[in-house]
Amino acid sequence: MVNRIYDLYDDLEKHRIMLSFKGVLSPELIGAILNLVEHRMNASEPDHRVRKRVFNVVMECLQNLYHHNNRISDPNGAPLPPDERQGVVMIAHDVSGYSVLTGNFMAQSEVEELKARLDQVNGCKPEQLRELYQSRLSDGKFTRTGGGGLGLIDIARRSGQKLEYGFVPLDNNNAFFSLNVNVTT
Amino acid sequence: MTNIVLDGTAKTPTVNFDASTGLLDLRGRSIPENSIEFYKPLIDWVDQYGRNPKPSTRLRVQLEYFNTSSSKCILDLFKKLEAVRNAGNEVLVLWHYEPDDEDMLEAGEDYQAIINLPFKMVQVEEVDDK
Repeated sequence: MVNRIYDLYDDLEKHRIMLSFKGVLSPELIGAILNLVEHRMNASEPDHRVRKRVFNVVMECLQNLYHHNNRISDPNGAPLPPDERQGVVMIAHDVSGYSVLTGNFMAQSEVEELKARLDQVNGCKPEQLRELYQSRLSDGKFTRTGGGGLGLIDIARRSGQKLEYGFVPLDNNNAFFSLNVNVTT
Repeated sequence: MTNIVLDGTAKTPTVNFDASTGLLDLRGRSIPENSIEFYKPLIDWVDQYGRNPKPSTRLRVQLEYFNTSSSKCILDLFKKLEAVRNAGNEVLVLWHYEPDDEDMLEAGEDYQAIINLPFKMVQVEEVDDK
C-alpha cells in the first residue's frame, strides 16, 4: 500500500483535485469542509461571484450527501448501520473553472425517480429553471429535509450547465450515484 | 411579547426580532442541515406578533448565503408577514444584495414573484454578516 501513496497523489494532481473527502458526513464535518473551501477559494479565485457560486454548489451537494446517502443493505440483504453510509466529494479546478464531484450510495428502487428529476432539470432553459424553482418553492410541500426538492434546481441554476450524472448498479438493492457539477469562470 | 435575539453562527443567521419597534432583522448565513428546527420559533413569533403588530413592520434580510433547506422556511416567514399586511398593516421587506451578486438579487425577485409583499431591493457594498 505504501507504494501506492504517490500514485494516489499523482492521480489527484492529474485530475486537478483541490480537495477530496471520502467518509461519513456529519454537520460538523460539512462545516469544516465548507470552511476549507471558503479559505481555498478566497486565495485562488478573484471573482467574488464565482466564489459564491462554488460555495453554494458545494454546500447543496454536501447536504444532499448528508441527507440522502443511503446504501440500504449489504450484498446479503442485511440493513447497514448509519456509519456504513459513506460518500465521496471532490472539487477540481482547472483553466475552464471548477467541478464539484460527488458520489453516494442509494436504493436501486429510487434510481428511476431521481433520474427523472435530473432529466427534467437538464431539459430546462435558464428561464424555465427559474419558473420551476418558483413553482416548487411556492407549492407548500416540505420534504423531510425541509428543501422540498429545490436542491438540484438550485445547483443547476448556479452551474448554468447541464448536470452530468451516472448510476452504477451494485446489486439488487443498491446503486452508486455520481454527480458532476461544473461552474465555469 | 419578548423579542428574539440570536447571535449568528457559521450556519445560522443573526436574528433580531423586536416587537416594540416592528423591526425584524435577519442577517448572515442560513445554511443549517435542519432548517425547520431553526425557523419554527421565528415563524411562530411572527404569527404571535401578527395578533398585535406595529402599524409599520420592516423585515431586513441581509444574507450572505442561504441553502434550499432554508428557502421554504424563509417563504413561511414571508407568508406570516403577508397575513399581517392583509390585516391592514404596513409591511416592507428590505432585501439586501452585493453589487456583483446577481444570484442573491434573483433570489429576492423569486420571493417577490410568489408572495404579496412589497420588496425593496437594497444594494450594499458588503452584506453585514456580523
